[in-house]
Amino acid sequence: MNSRLFSIIRKEFIQIIRDPRTLAMILVIPVMQLFLLGYAATTDVRNVPIAVWDQSRSPESRALQDAFRAADYFRIAFDVGSEAELRDLIERGEARAALIIPPDYSERLLEGDAQVAMVLDGSDSTVGTTALSTARLIGQAQATKIMQEQTARSGRGAEFKPPLEVRTQVWYNPDLISAHFMIPGVIGMILFAITSILTATTIVRERERGTIEQLIVTPIRSWELVVGKLTPYVILSLFDTLVVLALGHLWFKVPVRGDLGLIIGLSGLLLLSGLGIGLFASTVANTQQEAMLTTWMTLLPAIFLSGFLFPLEAMPVVLRWISYVIPLRYYLVIIRALLLKGVGLAAIQNEVIALALFGVGIMGAAALRFRKRLD
Amino acid sequence: MTEPVIITEALTRKFGDFVAVDHVSFEVQPGEVVGYLGPNGSGKTTTIRMLLGLLEPSDGRATVLGFDAFRQSEEVRARAGYMSQKFALYDDLTVWENMEFYGGVYGIRDKARIKSTLSLLGLTGHEPTLTGSLSAGWRQRLALGIALVHQPKLLFLDEPTSGVDPTARRAFWDLIYDLASDGVTVFVTTHYMDEAEYCERVGIMRAGKLLAMDTPGNLKKKVLAGNVWQVAAYPFQTALDILPTLEGVLQAGMAGDTLRAITEQGVTASQLQAALQGKGIEVRSVERAEPTLEDVFLSLAR
Repeated sequence: MNSRLFSIIRKEFIQIIRDPRTLAMILVIPVMQLFLLGYAATTDVRNVPIAVWDQSRSPESRALQDAFRAADYFRIAFDVGSEAELRDLIERGEARAALIIPPDYSERLLEGDAQVAMVLDGSDSTVGTTALSTARLIGQAQATKIMQEQTARSGRGAEFKPPLEVRTQVWYNPDLISAHFMIPGVIGMILFAITSILTATTIVRERERGTIEQLIVTPIRSWELVVGKLTPYVILSLFDTLVVLALGHLWFKVPVRGDLGLIIGLSGLLLLSGLGIGLFASTVANTQQEAMLTTWMTLLPAIFLSGFLFPLEAMPVVLRWISYVIPLRYYLVIIRALLLKGVGLAAIQNEVIALALFGVGIMGAAALRFRKRLD
Repeated sequence: MTEPVIITEALTRKFGDFVAVDHVSFEVQPGEVVGYLGPNGSGKTTTIRMLLGLLEPSDGRATVLGFDAFRQSEEVRARAGYMSQKFALYDDLTVWENMEFYGGVYGIRDKARIKSTLSLLGLTGHEPTLTGSLSAGWRQRLALGIALVHQPKLLFLDEPTSGVDPTARRAFWDLIYDLASDGVTVFVTTHYMDEAEYCERVGIMRAGKLLAMDTPGNLKKKVLAGNVWQVAAYPFQTALDILPTLEGVLQAGMAGDTLRAITEQGVTASQLQAALQGKGIEVRSVERAEPTLEDVFLSLAR
């Protein structure tokens, strides 16, 4: 192996091992982020505390409460006796919703026009939306059940059947576990963030300490310096990919349905973009702090406009246009398809091409800027 | 006669309107120790950067070791050593790792070579020390070691003794002379006048211009037309103001707590003393002094 290249790679590895901050960034932060986002960034709504103001106190009203209890979504946490009490609980955030059953519930039920009220706390829209639709579903199911019972009791023979039923089938993630959606995103985000930040700081550090001048007067060529300095980070980032993938699979039970070689290869393609952005930032920045800031400035939109947390389909057109120049966007489609759907290369070829074009483009631009001269 | 190691012809570098190096021409012969003397910002570092091809000359040209310094900089860099004023060391690597790294960069994998360079610098035994914990003097030696690891025939030293104590400075110059006796050409910049005295030839830079380049002895003889005097007088500031106005005095300046005057040939101590006393200055002593490069610099800077 080329002695110059080998020397740079070895030196860079020694420096990484001696620097606790860099080491932590490579080894600890990815795992920490995986667990944080795997658990915290969940949109699954469960055990929403609700209050019930049951003014009927009848077997029928208890049956309705049981129906709410049976669904995992709600937990009847309070049994209240007045509207003021109910309002107080919602205001203090102790109950997220309240079910109000009127005094004449069982009588009206027999007449066929019973009404109950559901009050929802809309200040958290995620919980509010899910609670709303879940409450409606429970109500409809309960109405159907009551109708079936009434029909059966009146002895009109044939059992009641609703005229329309939607039978849903959820593919790839049947339980709609949000961790299965999040963790592929976490892999992409970690790879992208680590390579861009570390690349930018490692090169700027040489400039800050004045060692770059000494390197330039040696026979090292620009490409050897760049490749030599980046190689350790590529190796460590790919190692991170495998660790996060393994933890995601074993701990969060995220399926790995696609080809592992393809997953690693296309993750490498994302690294090209991360390295390119980092290298580019290093040509703009003069201090490590500047480099850190520059990469952060590109990282934030990259994360928010990549579809990592928020679906791209729901974004305004302008933001969707911007998202086309964000490499992470393509990688997320690729990695989710590979892990969850187990597709082959053909299904994701457009994203692969876009990611490759971006990677080569930014790397080329950065390499042009990164010249060996000082002026 | 052999080819000069460095030839510059009207070498010029501008940064916008500022002329950092202004039509500088000189030659350096093989095995010479040449000093480049001047205050900070006089264009010394810019000259070295052009000689190493780090900066493109705005005008003129430089030939180093027979190669065009800018267009064939790779050839120059492979054969020359460079020690920058920042001491470009990796603080988080040990002494040995720093040497091994720079050695590898020059294609030197031979541990014996690295060991011999370390022993030449007196660094044997310090191999496992983390560079960041070395004192300035030891860092300076290691920085020199890095410039020497590929055994260059030409060595550029940019302010090699800045921030280093006088004992270490002297030891460093002994090292430079050892190298020169082995045939290494040394081009060294400094702003210490006393250090420049050690050089075989000295170039004097001021505001981008090379004012003179010769042996220290010749410079003193040629530039200083008259005699140099050391004057102790009171009040100090008034004496300093009056001295240059006296007849026969060419130049006056401070040297520590005494005054230094350069006069025309033929002016005597008693004449000088009388002239000062005539202006109400109390003169304690007037003595002939050995001319120094500082005097040369003062005269040239006029």
